[in-house]
Amino acid sequence: MMSLHALPAWAALPVAALILAGSLLALTGALGLLRFKSFYERVHAPTLGSTLGMGCILLASMLYFSVGQTRPVVHEILIGLFITITTPVTLLLLVQATLYRDRQEGRDPLDADNRPEA
Amino acid sequence: MSAAILAFALVTGQILLALAMVAAAYRILRGPRAQDRVLGMDALYLNAMLLLLVFGIGSGTTLYFEAALAIGLLGFVSTVAMAKFLMRGEVIE
Amino acid sequence: MSRWLPSPLVSLGLLALWLLLNQSLSPGHLLLGSVLSLLGPLMLRRLDVAPLKLRRPAAIPRLLGVFIADMVRSNFAVARVILFDQADRRPGFVRIPLRLRSRYGLAALACIITATPGTSWVSYDPATGMLVIHVLDLSEGDDWSALIERRYVGLLVEIFE
Repeated sequence: MMSLHALPAWAALPVAALILAGSLLALTGALGLLRFKSFYERVHAPTLGSTLGMGCILLASMLYFSVGQTRPVVHEILIGLFITITTPVTLLLLVQATLYRDRQEGRDPLDADNRPEA
Repeated sequence: MSAAILAFALVTGQILLALAMVAAAYRILRGPRAQDRVLGMDALYLNAMLLLLVFGIGSGTTLYFEAALAIGLLGFVSTVAMAKFLMRGEVIE
Repeated sequence: MSRWLPSPLVSLGLLALWLLLNQSLSPGHLLLGSVLSLLGPLMLRRLDVAPLKLRRPAAIPRLLGVFIADMVRSNFAVARVILFDQADRRPGFVRIPLRLRSRYGLAALACIITATPGTSWVSYDPATGMLVIHVLDLSEGDDWSALIERRYVGLLVEIFE
């Protein structure tokens, strides 16, 4: 356990800024999930949180624990590595599934005169 | 002073991430189609993982790290399974 | 390579992951991690994965740098699209003929394109080499085919083929 007061100001302020930036990016991505009109646009939204948003929060965590415990704490890299590899795979599979379902229903989004509206 | 700013950032970050989870949950409930719900669930998992990491900073233990890693793993496996199901579940009609 | 160490790169990666996960360099973890990283590739060999040949590994850091720069830039671009929805935004599909044929290279390109906000991989036809991606905002009139070719495909061909 360590308390918030254990951190010197030069480390606490970047940690605070990184947490705010990361969570703002994640929220922006989730808002995109609500605002975009078609599925193919919505796929882009969560990647905000899974790339730079996650990066900011992981950096904040690494900085906080490394300074607070005066030893390098870098196992957050594992989460970063893992999410960076897996998110594209899930989104790819999901887009493939959607393409397949759209074609099953006879409206191929790749036909130029048949753009999906919903 | 800096501790107060950090505490404020932690609370604000948790609120923002909780709002992001609400938005993802809304997409799960609203749909309109199955793939939108799966996408919403993937986003829900991701934001839950980030929220756990921020909790970890707030409580000062690295215990939350393991929980976040487990959520990340589970989110990947379950989303892949559901995407696979969407692709193959309807083949036999 | 040899019988007991078929893929030294995978073994080394597994050992690094194990030590990172346990946050220690103690002899016990080194020993346990070494055993695991020797057993992992033996199981991998059963799956009959095509061997990975890197022609020029030296280009990997450059590819990573390009990817991170593009990722950060497009994060802000997509955030702007979400927060201030421009009326003239035009999403759409783009067809790109690819000269990249290596399966590992294609997998890396798919991950890069999908992980970058604003573009996602939709489909690829191995017979014709035609790739389809979805772009969130086409209104800026960039030549996406030339962009992907210049920024990624050149480096990927250099690394994998």
